Amino acid sequence: MTRTIAIMAGAALILLFATLMLVVMPYTQMAGAPVPDELEAYSEAELRGREIYISQGCVYCHSQQPRDPGFSNADQQRGWGRASVPGDYAYDQPHLMGTMRTGPDLFNIGARQPSETWHYIHLYNPRAVVEDSIMPAYRYLFRVVREPLPSDTVVNIPDPYGPEHGTVVTTREAKDLVAYLKALDHTYPVETLPHKQKGDANGR
Amino acid sequence: MTPTIAFLLALTFLISVGALLALVWSIATDQFSHGASAARTIFAAGEVGRAEDPAAGRHGLADAPRDATDEEAVTARREADLSSRVPVLTLLASAVVWLVVGSLYGLLSSLKMHMPELLADIEAVTFGRIRPMHLNAVAYGWASMAGLGAAVWLVPRLFKTPLMGAGYATAGAWVWNLGMVLGLVSIGAGLSDGEEWLEFPWQVDALFVLAGGLCAVPLLLTVRNRQVRHLYVTSWYLMGALIWFPLLFLLANLPYLFPGAAGATVNWWFAHNVLGLWVTPIGVGIAYYMIPKILGKPVISYRLSLLGFWSLALFYSQVGIHHLIGGPVPTWLVTLSIVHSVMMVIPVVTVAINHHGTMIGHFGRLRDSPTLRFVWIGSLMYTASSLQGSMEALRSVNVVTHFTHYTVGHAHLGMYAFLSFILFGAVYFIMPRITGWEWPSRRLIVLHFWLAFSGIIIYVVALSIGGWFQGLALLDGDTAFMETVRLTLPYLKARSVGGALMTASHLLFAGHFLTLLWLGGRPADRPTLFRSTIPEGRT
Repeated sequence: MTRTIAIMAGAALILLFATLMLVVMPYTQMAGAPVPDELEAYSEAELRGREIYISQGCVYCHSQQPRDPGFSNADQQRGWGRASVPGDYAYDQPHLMGTMRTGPDLFNIGARQPSETWHYIHLYNPRAVVEDSIMPAYRYLFRVVREPLPSDTVVNIPDPYGPEHGTVVTTREAKDLVAYLKALDHTYPVETLPHKQKGDANGR
Repeated sequence: MTPTIAFLLALTFLISVGALLALVWSIATDQFSHGASAARTIFAAGEVGRAEDPAAGRHGLADAPRDATDEEAVTARREADLSSRVPVLTLLASAVVWLVVGSLYGLLSSLKMHMPELLADIEAVTFGRIRPMHLNAVAYGWASMAGLGAAVWLVPRLFKTPLMGAGYATAGAWVWNLGMVLGLVSIGAGLSDGEEWLEFPWQVDALFVLAGGLCAVPLLLTVRNRQVRHLYVTSWYLMGALIWFPLLFLLANLPYLFPGAAGATVNWWFAHNVLGLWVTPIGVGIAYYMIPKILGKPVISYRLSLLGFWSLALFYSQVGIHHLIGGPVPTWLVTLSIVHSVMMVIPVVTVAINHHGTMIGHFGRLRDSPTLRFVWIGSLMYTASSLQGSMEALRSVNVVTHFTHYTVGHAHLGMYAFLSFILFGAVYFIMPRITGWEWPSRRLIVLHFWLAFSGIIIYVVALSIGGWFQGLALLDGDTAFMETVRLTLPYLKARSVGGALMTASHLLFAGHFLTLLWLGGRPADRPTLFRSTIPEGRT
C-alpha cells in the first residue's frame, strides 16, 4: 500500500510541477499583458455573433493568430496582419485562436473584407463568391420570403446560387455573426511585437 | 524575458534531468528490488514459456493446469477475471457503440471536406459540429471507455486478487455514458464550450469527473488487498493515468478562469495531456501486459520499463504548448515545450526496446494470434508516431506542418494506429475470458485487421503528403490562398477512402462483438486464432 501511495503521490507531484510551469506561470505573465488602447470590447451583437461562430465550429478551419514574421512572412504578405500579442485577446473568452488553416486566418477579416453584403452572400453559399471553396454553406442562417418586409435585410444572391422562388433575407443570427466578423479588426499598432526577428532568443 | 522566468526555466530542466539521474541510479543499484523477479509477477509459477492466447475456458489449451500449484493459480486467475466481468463488459460494450458513432461522424466530416454541399442544409450535421462530435465520441467514448474497461480487467489480474467494489465501476460506466450522450447532443445543438478537446459544456463535464472517480474506487480498494509483492509496470501506468486524468480534466474545464491567450495555453496543455497522460499510459500499460503474457516471456528489461514510466511523466506533462509555436504566447513557454517534446525520445525508446525486444524471436506468432498482431502493430505505431511527434515539435518542421492536415494525420497515427489497435487487441483477449465464450469467426477478425490496417495507412500517408504540400504552399506568400485548398483535394478524397475502410472495419468489429454476446459465441474449448496452429503451451 505504501508503495502504491508513493507512486500515485509522485505522479501527482510531477503533474503539479508541470501545472506550475505551463499554466500558472504563463497565466501570471499574460494576465499582466497591457491591453492595447485601441482594442475595443465587443458589443452585445458582436458577442452574440461570437457565440454563433463558436456554435457553428468556425474555429476548426480558421485560425485567428497571424504568425510572427521571423517565423513565417507569408501571413503578412497575404494581408492577414501583424503577428498577434497576448493583449489582443483581452476580451476573448474562450479564445478562438484555432490550429487549422483549411480556410484563411480571420484575425483581421473585418478590415480585409468590410462589405456586409459580401459576407452575407459568402455565408449563404461560399461558392457564389469564391470559386472552388470547400466551406460549408450556412443557408439555415437565412430565410427565404415571398415578399420581404421593410424591416428585412435583403440579400441578392447571384445566379445560380439563390433559391428558385422568393427572396433571401437575413436572420438575426446571420447579422450577429457578420457583426462579429466585422469586429475582427486588429490593425491598430501595438507596443511590443514579440520576437520580431528570427534568432532573438530573448523574445525582445 | 525576466530573470525570474529564466531562473525557473533553468530550474525545470535541472529538476527533470536530476530526477532522471536519481531514477537511473536507484534502478541501477536496485534500491527498490526491481528486476527479473518483478517482470515475472504477471505469470503464475511455472508459467513462463507457456503461451496464453484467446483461449478462455476451463479446458483452454494454454490455461490447462499441469499440477496442483498450477491448478490453484489458474483457478485464482479465473476468479479474478470473473470478478471484473460486469463493469468490464459494460465499459467495453459502451466503447464499441461510441466507436461506431464516432466513426460515422468522422467519415461524414471527411466527405464534407471535399463535398461541401453534402447534407449542407441540416444545421446539426454541419462540418463545424460533427468534427468535434467525432473527436469527442472517439476520444472520450471509445478510447477512454475501452481503456478504462481494460484497466478494470487488468487490476485484479495484476494484484492477483478479485476486484473489490466492482459496482462502483459499473455505476461509473453508466454515468460516463450519460455524460457522453448529453455532451454530444449539446455540441450537435450548438452548445459547445468552444475550445478543442474541451467542447462538452462544463456542466456536463462534472459527470465525467464523477464517473472517473467511481471507476477509480475499485482500483484503490483492490490495491489494499493485493496478493503480490511487486507492482508490475502496467499497474504503474494505470495508477498514473487514473490520478492524472481527473486532475487535468477538472482544472482545464473550470469555467471562466482562464481568459484570452492564457486560455489557449491551458487548452493545449490539456489537449496534449489527454494523449500523453491519459490514453498513452493506458495503451502502453496494456501492451506491457499483453505482449509478455501472450508470448509467455517476461519483458527483456524490467528496470528500463520503470525509467520509461517516470520519464514519460516528467516530459510528456510539459509538451502541450508546441501546438502554439509561432503564436501569441511567451517564447520561453514554447521553447520549454519543444525541449520536452524532444526529450520524449527517452521514454519512447525505453518502451520500444522492451516491446520490440521482447518480440525478437517470436515474430512468427503474429501470424496466428489476433491479440498479439493488433497489440504489437499498435506498439510499433507508438514508436513511430512518438518519434514523428518529437520531430514535428522542432520549429523548422513545425513552421511547415502547423495549421495543416499533416497534424491531423499525425493525430490519427497516435490515436488510431497506436492506441485503438492496442485496444482492439485487448478486447479480443478480454472478451472470451470474462464471458467464457469464444469469438465466433476467425474470418471476421482477419477482415477487421486488414480493413483497419489498410485504412489507417491510406489515411496517414495521404494526409502527411497532402499536409506537407499544403504547408509549403501556405509559407509561400505569392501563392493564392485558394491554391493551398485546391492542392489538398486529392489527398482529402484519399483520406475519405481510408476513413471508409476504417469505418467498415468497425462495423464488422461491432457486429462480431454483438454476435459473441447474443449468440454466446462458441464454447470456449478452443481459441479463435488466425491459423489453427498448435499453441506452444500444448503438451
